[in-house]
Amino acid sequence: MQQKHFWRFVIGLALMTMATALGQSEADPPVSDTLAVADTAAISVPAPLPVTNLIARDKPNDRGYGISLSWDLSPDDTGGTQSVLGYRIMRSTTPDGPWDSINVAGSGDALYDHIGPRHEGDSGYFPDHTDMYYRVDVLTADPGVAVSSGVVGPVQSRGQWFNTARTVVFLFMIAFCGLVIWFVTHARRGKDLYVRPLAGIEAVDEAVGRATEMGKPILYLCGLGDAAEVPTIASFTILGRVAKRVAEYQTQIIVPCRDPIVMTVAQEVVKTAYSDAGRPDSYNPDSVFFLTIEQFAYVAGVNGIMLRDKPATNVYMGKFYAESLIFAETGTMAGSIQIAGTDEIPQIPFFFVACDYTLIGEELYAASAYLSREPVLLGSLKAQDYAKAAIIVFAILGFLATNVSALGGPEWLAGFVDLFQVRE
Amino acid sequence: MKRQLPFFLVFVFGAFMAIQYFVPHKTSEAIYEFFIDILPIIGVFALALGIWSLTKVSVDKIRYRRENWQYAIFTLLGLFLMILFGFTDENWGFHWRMSPEVAGEGTDNPNFRLLFNYVMIPIQATMFALLAFFIASASYRAFRARNLLATLLLIAALILMLRFTPFFGDWIGLRLSETATWLMNVPNTAAQRAIVMGVGLGLVATALKVVLGIERDYMGRG
Repeated sequence: MQQKHFWRFVIGLALMTMATALGQSEADPPVSDTLAVADTAAISVPAPLPVTNLIARDKPNDRGYGISLSWDLSPDDTGGTQSVLGYRIMRSTTPDGPWDSINVAGSGDALYDHIGPRHEGDSGYFPDHTDMYYRVDVLTADPGVAVSSGVVGPVQSRGQWFNTARTVVFLFMIAFCGLVIWFVTHARRGKDLYVRPLAGIEAVDEAVGRATEMGKPILYLCGLGDAAEVPTIASFTILGRVAKRVAEYQTQIIVPCRDPIVMTVAQEVVKTAYSDAGRPDSYNPDSVFFLTIEQFAYVAGVNGIMLRDKPATNVYMGKFYAESLIFAETGTMAGSIQIAGTDEIPQIPFFFVACDYTLIGEELYAASAYLSREPVLLGSLKAQDYAKAAIIVFAILGFLATNVSALGGPEWLAGFVDLFQVRE
Repeated sequence: MKRQLPFFLVFVFGAFMAIQYFVPHKTSEAIYEFFIDILPIIGVFALALGIWSLTKVSVDKIRYRRENWQYAIFTLLGLFLMILFGFTDENWGFHWRMSPEVAGEGTDNPNFRLLFNYVMIPIQATMFALLAFFIASASYRAFRARNLLATLLLIAALILMLRFTPFFGDWIGLRLSETATWLMNVPNTAAQRAIVMGVGLGLVATALKVVLGIERDYMGRG
């Protein structure tokens, strides 16, 4: 039986090799100019009607170097003789030519954005503020038959100073910034602001106390983000508070970093926290150190620290990716209390399952205000709550508008939904 | 001045970065690209600090025979061997920068490739592979039906996992698949969107606090 299979395999292999060799010889026939000419000459296509209503205008909301073209399809594209294969876009700097072929749009396409290179040495350089003329040729299967549209122009490309497609985002940002500043100003006047308790942050004191009792260190990770990312900045703030508690309790903190800039900032934050706690001499500069930039090499290094030093508490705050569960599960095996916070949505379930306390999404950003209890910082939390309420209201209005307009309601309701679309 | 200048710079550049999102003009784009190009340069200088930090911590560990000091020898060995191979060619000639005329230098050095391909990559793959086992152990803990919510989670997870099994026949298989799709598209997407909106607002609020100098702890003395 085995021998039978073997011979089948050998014969099959031989047949496949032969078929491949034959296929190659068929796929690559010798080039014959005579044959190519004969084939082309055999195709005879009636001249299609040209495109009409060709419009060329500066591409809106761009950096420059872009022209948008639109036209009405040739009547022979989707109807008529249906002989249209595509549309060749032609450009010139004078209405009489010479013409450069820019690109070919497929049949059925009535729009084309000509975006050129912006550096003078590049091929097809597209100068801004220069008169350009365009025409569109209808292409058929016969290369000798190409019907040109009328010439449009002159048109100039230029960059815009405001992207109108992002107006809604701009207005929302202005409104939100105004809200934050308004609440911060109110908070400065001494108005009491309530913030719901965050269990993960409440647990920090308990975790530091546990580490002190056990005589074990606290491991703090700022995540894999760089120092310019907002979650890492939020993590620095929490690190400062944790380090201050650590200094007050006279225990030890370990901060292995993946990014050298993050390490430098974290060293400064921890040093300041020790000074603020009145114990600058207790600060150990080697407690914040660089491990490696490589993601899984960093994981290996941190896991080694967890398993060798057995920290009483692990705190993970910042940007985490695939390594989140490896950290959290190793920490669980080492018997540490674990507090995590990240805005990376795919990693939240992993932290949630494996850690004792998890700050979900925005709670990471709220933590600094919650820890400091400074009215100015709490004010921004209130602004976030009001912005969320506004989003909920607009979402409900959008839901109602979409459904009512779909059920035959007034058209302006559909327009209301379009108001909030951000177009690129 | 020592404190005011950094805050002023943060305000100016933070405000520019926010505004340039709405300004597509080539001037705005050029300035943005210039700043983005500067970042790696700062990173290279900071990398020297990182290497110094790692070396100092490892050397101290060896010198004072701290617990598990032997591992530090391998850390330093790996660090400096890779640097050495990175600056030499296959004939041990030293080069400050890559040159097309010299064979097997820098990252093409056979020793560099040997360590990278046969030590670094397998170790990293091993670390990543651990994830599969950790997912199993974490799932075991998560799916214990301790209360109503945990039971709902367990049922949802079972439906999602069972939708790919071929054992239930067409009718049940189709219902499982439809339910799983609904779970992913409706409750799961709704919860994710809620978190995304919160994260977005939190990001903007934190960035605003940093730009306006309200949040200062990241700069050390708060």
